Amino acid sequence: MAPILLGIVPFGLIAGISAVSVGLSPLHGVGMSILVFAGASQLAALQLIGRDAPFLVVAATALIINARFVMYSASLAPHFDGASTGRKALLAYLLTDQAYAFSIRRYAERDETVLARLSYYLGAAITLWVTWQISTAVGAFVGTSIPDAWSLDFAIPLVFIALLVPAIRDRADGVAAGIAAVLAVLLVGLPYNLGLPLAATTGIVAGIIVERIPS
Amino acid sequence: MKVWLLFLVIAAGTFLLRFSVIALWGKLGTAPDSIERGLRFIPPAVLSALVLPAVATSNGHVDIGPRTAAGVVAALVAWKTRSVFFTIVAGMGALWILQAL
Repeated sequence: MAPILLGIVPFGLIAGISAVSVGLSPLHGVGMSILVFAGASQLAALQLIGRDAPFLVVAATALIINARFVMYSASLAPHFDGASTGRKALLAYLLTDQAYAFSIRRYAERDETVLARLSYYLGAAITLWVTWQISTAVGAFVGTSIPDAWSLDFAIPLVFIALLVPAIRDRADGVAAGIAAVLAVLLVGLPYNLGLPLAATTGIVAGIIVERIPS
Repeated sequence: MKVWLLFLVIAAGTFLLRFSVIALWGKLGTAPDSIERGLRFIPPAVLSALVLPAVATSNGHVDIGPRTAAGVVAALVAWKTRSVFFTIVAGMGALWILQAL
């Protein structure tokens, strides 16, 4: 768990700092982390708020990024079968890339009772939640005192690069990423930052097509 | 921009995405395979659509400069170390050095 937490802390600090650097208050930074609790989508939303993108584009981009949670939800659902609806809602709110990766590895290794599985998931997910909230809050409150000359806005794409590189595992991923990247640059002049959702969607479609072509 | 309303919309939507299959498990059949295959490409496609314009454009135009070079350095470090921390350190360090030159 320690190496995972070591990755969360700088990511959380940047999310907090970014909220302030795009002109929001520290309270917005903290509130966003508690409500949304999904770092990549928070950073994407903040980057777009900083570029004055309209409400719908910001919301749609954040939700496209978080659509991957459906995949995790489907993968974890059989392991949470039997929990009460209220408990399931709590488990769902706490779902992150890290909590998913951590738990699904354990479930593959051991055949445990539902209660043991839930406890394991909750232990990891709550640790991640607390770490994320503390680091974004620290970032949001120290963010106001960081000078613009440090160019800390650049930390947002840096976090995305750190998440992007391990997400490219095969040829189809590479094509999806490459086409989305090139199109996003070509369409960067489009109004309302519409280039981003268009480029990402085209990349996803390209990935699906490439995957179907036998290599 | 109504910031709190925006956060609530993103939060509610995100919660529903997370809760979706966990909530419906046992009540519906399993999801079609094609949906799951498409979801797999969301992280690489969306992240790269966010990254490249941020490092290779400014004010709506292609702009190859210090941020592009620092982005390349960060990508190499991300590839070698798989660490968010070292990627940020390397990328910010490269940008500061290039801006000072």
